[in-house]
Amino acid sequence: MKLGLLTVVTFLPALGAVALALVPRRLDQVQRLGALVVSLVTFAVSIPLWTGFDGDSAEVQFEELGRWMPSLGVSYHIGVDGISLLLVLLTTFLMPLALASAWHAIEDRTKEFVITMLLLETGMLGVFVSLDLFLFFVFWEAMLIPMYLIIGVWGGANRIYAAVKFVLYTMVGSALMLVAILALYYQHGAATGAYTFDVPTLARWVVPPGLGQNLMFLAFALAFAIKVPLFPFHTWLPDAHVEAPTAGSVILAGVLLKMGTYGFLRFCLPFFPDATYTFAPLIFALAVIGIVYGAWVSTVQPDLKKLVAYSSVSHLGFVMLGLFTLNQQGLVGGLIQMINHGLSTGALFLMVGMIYERRHTRLIADFGGLWKVVPAFSVLFLVVVLSSLGLPGLNGFVGEFLVLVGAFQVNGWLAAVATTGIIFAAVYLLWMYQRVVFGEVTHEENRRLTDLSPREWAVLVPVLLFIVWIGVYPAAFTGKTEATIAALLAQVESKASVALAR
Amino acid sequence: MTPDFPIPVVSFSVLLPALVVLGTGALVLVLDVLPPRDSKAHLGGVALAGALAALLATVWLWLRGGDGRAFRDMVLLDGYALFFDVVICYAAALILMLSMDYLGRTGGESGEYYALVLFATGGMMLMASAGDLIVVFLSLELMSLSLYVLAGLFKTRLSSGEASMKYFLLGAFATSFLLYGIALIYGVTGSTNLDRIAASAAAKGGDPLLLIGLALLLVGFGFKISSVPFHMWVPDVYEGAPTTITALIATGSKAAAFAALIRVLVVALRGAQPDWSALLWGVAALTMTVGNVVALAQSNLKRMLAYSSIAHVGYMLMGLVAGGAQGAGAVLFYLLAYTFTTIGAFGVIALCVRAGEEAVEVGDYAGLARRHPVLAATLALFLLSLIGIPPLAGFVAKFYVFGSAVRAGYVWLTVIAVLNSAIAAYYYLRVIVFMYMRDPEGERLAVAPSLAGGLALAIALFGIVLLGVIPAPFADLAQAAVAPLLR
Repeated sequence: MKLGLLTVVTFLPALGAVALALVPRRLDQVQRLGALVVSLVTFAVSIPLWTGFDGDSAEVQFEELGRWMPSLGVSYHIGVDGISLLLVLLTTFLMPLALASAWHAIEDRTKEFVITMLLLETGMLGVFVSLDLFLFFVFWEAMLIPMYLIIGVWGGANRIYAAVKFVLYTMVGSALMLVAILALYYQHGAATGAYTFDVPTLARWVVPPGLGQNLMFLAFALAFAIKVPLFPFHTWLPDAHVEAPTAGSVILAGVLLKMGTYGFLRFCLPFFPDATYTFAPLIFALAVIGIVYGAWVSTVQPDLKKLVAYSSVSHLGFVMLGLFTLNQQGLVGGLIQMINHGLSTGALFLMVGMIYERRHTRLIADFGGLWKVVPAFSVLFLVVVLSSLGLPGLNGFVGEFLVLVGAFQVNGWLAAVATTGIIFAAVYLLWMYQRVVFGEVTHEENRRLTDLSPREWAVLVPVLLFIVWIGVYPAAFTGKTEATIAALLAQVESKASVALAR
Repeated sequence: MTPDFPIPVVSFSVLLPALVVLGTGALVLVLDVLPPRDSKAHLGGVALAGALAALLATVWLWLRGGDGRAFRDMVLLDGYALFFDVVICYAAALILMLSMDYLGRTGGESGEYYALVLFATGGMMLMASAGDLIVVFLSLELMSLSLYVLAGLFKTRLSSGEASMKYFLLGAFATSFLLYGIALIYGVTGSTNLDRIAASAAAKGGDPLLLIGLALLLVGFGFKISSVPFHMWVPDVYEGAPTTITALIATGSKAAAFAALIRVLVVALRGAQPDWSALLWGVAALTMTVGNVVALAQSNLKRMLAYSSIAHVGYMLMGLVAGGAQGAGAVLFYLLAYTFTTIGAFGVIALCVRAGEEAVEVGDYAGLARRHPVLAATLALFLLSLIGIPPLAGFVAKFYVFGSAVRAGYVWLTVIAVLNSAIAAYYYLRVIVFMYMRDPEGERLAVAPSLAGGLALAIALFGIVLLGVIPAPFADLAQAAVAPLLR
């Protein structure tokens, strides 16, 4: 097997982590710089995936297939399609930014930090590129531990509680998923004689409808719903976000949450179409509850980071709403919304982190009148806030619009309720912005704040570029996914009808 | 009339690995009384050489191929026995390496320690190749009596004496159950040979006495593998015994007991499989749940690992419940992975000292990652493997066992098991919390320098990564090893 591009992208960060492990810990600038270079190179190497990807094709591209455990039907099968391509690039794009944002924020045990971050990147990329259930599960579980360490070692005051809660929630979900994976494997094997964990092969097979399929769907769905997090499985998220260091929050919001929604798209829909149709109304309703509930709770948060955390619950509700409309607009919108949330919320966390580094507080009440003190920060913050609340012309609008177009075709009333989420988003985000940036300077400490440093400009500008790009010309991004989404929907429908005809 | 009494075939090559180990044990006893009398360090080297020679002999026999039987089928040398010989020899070798500096530091160094470890190892290996219930009993006693003494090695420590006494009393009690079970089975079938028991039981059909015998056997084995409800001795013995011996009890003796249990159940009592499967279903579920739930409350690392080892027995029993080559093969792979992981975890404890005492409280490990990052990372990896985080051995082992259970249709047992794994994550991660996320209070934890110990940990670490990343060849070996049982 020759070394493919996707393997290089996936394992380059881990390789970098191994190399950095050999560098003495007192050279912490070398550690930081080395990690940044590794993540930048990874991003650079991943760009050909984008340029070389044929958006008109629904096929898996950059596919690699190697032997791993033939007796068990496990293979090293990776590839990207229109669903995973954007998420892979989002990951490689956000990682250098997260590392750069931690330049001064992480002073303690820098070596361990950068190594953990790079291992985390390999884990996340592995989740998105795996086309083998066993391989997927390996990455899915393995990536938990770096995130656990990032929250638990470099987090805030209540970090241990948050880290343990994060791991236990995720573990319970993935434990049941493991049983479902095994059940699917043996059911498929017994029915066809081919024991395999290969995702495309399993996706082609029609699982007999009934209790078995429903239970397997629920087991997969629980694991993903916790990760998303879908209301009511969201309670770990505010803790984890608030306690995690800025870099951790960025990755958590930007990439980790997407693993849940990605899982629904990659596994639940194609594997269990009948169960998907059965449970779609339930998930649809939970998504709407999440949208409204997340928005309301955000409104009353006194802490900036907590506000952003709860806004994630609301935004991810839109993604889930889009996915379970089970129509073209909704799914494409949901997928674009995943990317948007990664960019906007990632940028929000970055900026909250920047202001926290200066003032060592995140309480909204401790700020006010920042416009006069740090104008550049305030302007960029405004753009990010507007992108997050879905102003037309910026990225958030595109995704939410498509999702709602899809949702109105399914259930007008629920879609109308979901639309209020956009209004509430404007309320909590703009009200927060008003209290932080406008008005008079109420705290003397705030007068001495310094504006953005060149490093911080370098971190924020790339994100803003994409925020505007997606907002103005979304076709560049939707064009890569539409064929895959259409094929997925066709597959779900045909499989469901085959099962129905039996 | 002269009784028909043929001279049994004497074939020492069948016994070769065990003979090497037992012979070295005797040699160590002789060397012990020869000069130099003041230092015993060289005896450790001799013992280690013996374990390694046995390992080489096993590998040689494996490569030579072909099954052997000797002493009227009392001792069998098949792939199954050889697989366990490898596991047990590895365990013994790693434990001897860990022991060398540990004993010197704790003042327990003596010739009989090494000799007894080797005798126990020999007993374990014989258990794996036993083809007759008498040999099962004799080798079990050889192993157990050696371990009873070793548990009480620290003569001046009360807890060590308590461990030894408790282990001995409860062990003797359990062994008597085993013997009673053997007697009943002999009474029903007229034989103690496993194959002949199977033939006779098949001819007779379900005899209630046979089932009672089976139940009594399970009591005896249940004690040795420490399944609930015969697990009461485990925490006290694991805590009180010298840490290296704890590791041997947790790995070698457990592997040997499983070896004999699987062979007896699968070969001799295969007719009663529905009965013992149903019984073990409940035992497995209970064992893993009790082990994990009680482990949550432990603050002593050795006690925590003791309860965790009980929980792991529950997972392994799942493979037996599932049955077939796949289930039994999964148990063998699990034992291999578990042996490496557990020896590693206990090995790290054996190297850590605080205030002149062994560091056994979880709190002792606070801040270890700051001062000894490599050792902390090593212990963290062993613990992650015990949780079952990929890509480490523990994950693949669980995957095989759970897979075999799902295949056999025991989905609910698997659900219980995976939820247990999630519970277990909490107490293993707590140690990592202390090592990485808390700062130490009071006297600092010191790490005793030990070249042999470090090497042993490195080998164990290499083992769990290797088994985690390329498990297929080893899993195939495990499958091949159980094949002769299921002919």
